[in-house]
Amino acid sequence: MAKITINGKICECNEGEYILAIARRNGIFIPAICYLSGCSPTLACRLCMVEADDKRVYSCNAKAKDGMVVITDNEQIASERKAIMQTYCINHPLECGVCDQSGECELQNFVYHMGVDEQIYSIKDTHKPAQDWGLIHYDPALCIVCERCITVCKDKIGDNALKTVPRGGDALEKSLKDTMPKEAYAVWNKFQKNLIAPNSADGSLDCSDCGECTAVCPVGALVGSRFQYRSNAWELKKISASNPHSSDCELIYYDVKPTSIENRKHKIYRVSSDYDFGELNKAARFGYDFNKDESRKDRIVLERIVDGFKSGRIKNIKFNSFITNEEARILSILKDKFELNLINDEAKAYQNFLKEFSKFAGSSLYNGDFDSVKEADFIISAGSFLRHDAPNVGYKLNNALKINKASAIYFHPLKDAVVEGYSKNLLSCNHSPNLDIEILLFILQKFGKNLPKWLEDRLLSAFENAKKEVEVSKKVKQTSLVKKKIKDENGEEKEIEEEVEKEVIVKEKELIDAKFSTYAKALNLDEDALEKLLEKKEKFTLVIGEDFITSKNASTLAKLTGLVQRYTQFKVLIIPPRTNSLGVAMICELGEEQSGKTFGYNEKGDVVFSSLKADLDAPALNEQEGTFTNLDLRVVPTHPALDYHGFELNDIAKCLGLEFENTIDYTPNLGEGFKKIKFDDLENFYDNGGVNHRGYKLESKSFEACDDEFEIENLNPNLDEVIIYKANPIGQFSKFSNRASALMQTAKLYAGKEFLEANSLKDSDVVIIKKDELELALSVELDKDIQGAYLPFFDDKIDISGFFTSRYSSVTIQRSQA
Amino acid sequence: MGMGKYINVDNTKPPVSTSDKFKRFVKRTFKPELFIGLGVVFREMVRKDSNHTMFYPMEKVQIDARYRGVHKLLRVLESGNERCIGCGLCEKICVSNCIAMDTHLGDDGRKKVSNYSINFGRCVYCGLCADVCPELAIVHGGDYEFSSEQRAYYGFKNDLLTKKDELKNQVEFEGYGSLPVDSSDKVKFTPTSYIQKEESKDKE
Repeated sequence: MAKITINGKICECNEGEYILAIARRNGIFIPAICYLSGCSPTLACRLCMVEADDKRVYSCNAKAKDGMVVITDNEQIASERKAIMQTYCINHPLECGVCDQSGECELQNFVYHMGVDEQIYSIKDTHKPAQDWGLIHYDPALCIVCERCITVCKDKIGDNALKTVPRGGDALEKSLKDTMPKEAYAVWNKFQKNLIAPNSADGSLDCSDCGECTAVCPVGALVGSRFQYRSNAWELKKISASNPHSSDCELIYYDVKPTSIENRKHKIYRVSSDYDFGELNKAARFGYDFNKDESRKDRIVLERIVDGFKSGRIKNIKFNSFITNEEARILSILKDKFELNLINDEAKAYQNFLKEFSKFAGSSLYNGDFDSVKEADFIISAGSFLRHDAPNVGYKLNNALKINKASAIYFHPLKDAVVEGYSKNLLSCNHSPNLDIEILLFILQKFGKNLPKWLEDRLLSAFENAKKEVEVSKKVKQTSLVKKKIKDENGEEKEIEEEVEKEVIVKEKELIDAKFSTYAKALNLDEDALEKLLEKKEKFTLVIGEDFITSKNASTLAKLTGLVQRYTQFKVLIIPPRTNSLGVAMICELGEEQSGKTFGYNEKGDVVFSSLKADLDAPALNEQEGTFTNLDLRVVPTHPALDYHGFELNDIAKCLGLEFENTIDYTPNLGEGFKKIKFDDLENFYDNGGVNHRGYKLESKSFEACDDEFEIENLNPNLDEVIIYKANPIGQFSKFSNRASALMQTAKLYAGKEFLEANSLKDSDVVIIKKDELELALSVELDKDIQGAYLPFFDDKIDISGFFTSRYSSVTIQRSQA
Repeated sequence: MGMGKYINVDNTKPPVSTSDKFKRFVKRTFKPELFIGLGVVFREMVRKDSNHTMFYPMEKVQIDARYRGVHKLLRVLESGNERCIGCGLCEKICVSNCIAMDTHLGDDGRKKVSNYSINFGRCVYCGLCADVCPELAIVHGGDYEFSSEQRAYYGFKNDLLTKKDELKNQVEFEGYGSLPVDSSDKVKFTPTSYIQKEESKDKE
């Protein structure tokens, strides 16, 4: 721990941390426009200049040294900052009145803060028409080229979709260099040369549409198209909540205000976020209006349902993991009271995986979380179609690659060009889809220490000896003749040849004996490349995805994952496949469907209680109060953004004799593994230093782990014909995200270029996909980032469940003649 | 400021005894002031060219520009376009929270005001909205008759906005918040001043 003094306040920090980050953590204000927490400094705005030990430095990239004395403001700095803000105003359109950012604009705020009250410079402006990029609207005239959008896209999201291009503005007058303040001149000079533009050949934005650039933009240059000119920032009420679409459950704010002058019912206008610490994916940012427009109380249906439970006709409750922990608790109490079967296949698979895992890991939960990905320097992702399944884990992985100079291996059968582009230190291993056990065995073989005897023997036997070509550098003595000029006694120059002996390093190729892992060979993994990636690495993290949970080998994989957590230095993160799969898995005892009527909660059944098409209206997740358990092992609260006038699950429960008045009364009573904290005591924010104050963290219980030998056999069938994968396109997670007006789409077969060519298909062809008796006609869409094809499950009009038993399936594809 | 600058209006001591109080009552009741006043009223009643009595509602008083009556939404005189750009400052500054507006993205890519409302039942006619309006779009008119059948009484955009065919009758607002007469002289330096610089260079 080092200590530095900022404006007289003593701040604790780590040596080498950036001064700006320390100041922010300690509540000391240093103006800065271009710097984003957790990203690399760009030095575009130069506002963050401070005096550190009497030397002028930029606090966003100056590292703290023990005993440093920092002054954040003095007369000279203030006048430089004022001049910088003055240059930012040159030719900035005077349209604050209509600008969407007005009221939360950093340019407005800093201009006011620095006291800029007149403009003494002028220069000819360039013509820059506004551009529409689908969900994102870009007005280059408003851009101040702080490069925050480029930085966040590169360092956090990983899409690398934006870059700077020449602006073509006039050059500054040379005389200004002497008369203007130095920093302001530099900022203006750079501004005249640069502009932000998409990083693609045809000038269109080519990315995953997460919209993070609109969140970080300090001015109104990048805004959500659907928000443009709809509301002023100050009219919106921010309601803190959690992303309801995916298991990151990241912090979001629903920005609400009345629908119109005549209709005072609240409407969600946009979703905002804390972009410094919590990135949002496409569905979280744009998929906010997935609720029903009207909901009503149908007492007759309610009575029918209550009667069904009481009389014992209803035997099953079928539901999914898009529910809160409290509702899961209600369902589990109902199960015990009325001897029901709770059916949730996807949560059950996750629950089984977690059970087997904890038996062998010796702890009730996995030990990885968001931080252990973000702070790791070596990360393995296995069994997850990362950018589609868990984009937020992908963001953290990319962040670690960029900021920590970490390296990573991405195991997946589908090649993803964007993931490969994250970093040179990412090894993308595209293996055959029937291999999964081999990945974990390889990790245990490579990194395992003090393994149980039976396993060690097995892993040792999985080596083969072969010759390996290596480059060896050798020192060789070489002599050479060198001509030298020397002066003799008379002062005349003479040329003399002299023999000089030098040691030269020569690289030679040699064949040596080496041991190769048969697992690596099967997986097609380059072990030499891996060795290079592993140099000087200390913090290891393993991310396990949905492929493993739904695999035929799930039970073996779970056990092996447990062993990885126990016998290697890897921190393990098992991504819950849906929003609250972890919560449901921890709270509910799940079973199989049995004869009798089925009550479908957001799922098909004899009587359906749902926020979509239903017999009885249910609240959508943006109309509900409750908590989710996310992949970060946190119980995070979500608050209702909209009024709801129908019945909730708790209303049915109350009719059935459950005691609590409100759903959130269950929050302190969620059962084993959860804390007894009232809902209203749960916080939901990140503080200035990025410390997570969202709900509470679950504590893992440890117990004696099991070391028993188990059979390790790959049960995956060898797939032939055409292999397709089960996954949603980016931004879609479920039928709920597909209900949001910005995301609504029809399911297609998404396929890479190679796949299309191999099956002689073209983009937007109609194909018939066949498996056994099943047939499905779909249109094809080109996904140029991947190799292979995937079939989505977000569209509830197209039932694909019959096609898959795990995430891979072999099918036949025919081009439709019609 | 010292107390010396103030003038006491009434220096007489209040009566204490009952008889003094009775004397004051008689004096006040029968003093001729009452009749002088009545005389003035009578004179103005019968005079032909009287300007003290108005025949309301047939006649209405002429209101000064600074009077803050019922609001108007003005149009641009030259083009007839709406002046309001939907910036929402009037809504923000309104002390009685009685202004609301809806905006949307127009087909021409500009911000459009779909609707605008003022609840006259809550409005205190303070004039801050007219003062803050950067476009002089929302202004006070001279209309002072705002009785209504119920407390919440709304004026919507259609009611407030100058009708297109009455544009020629639209009067520029001169009241609270309007531009001062010498506003043009206060303009220092504009973003287009580089043109002057270029021109002066060309001359050289």
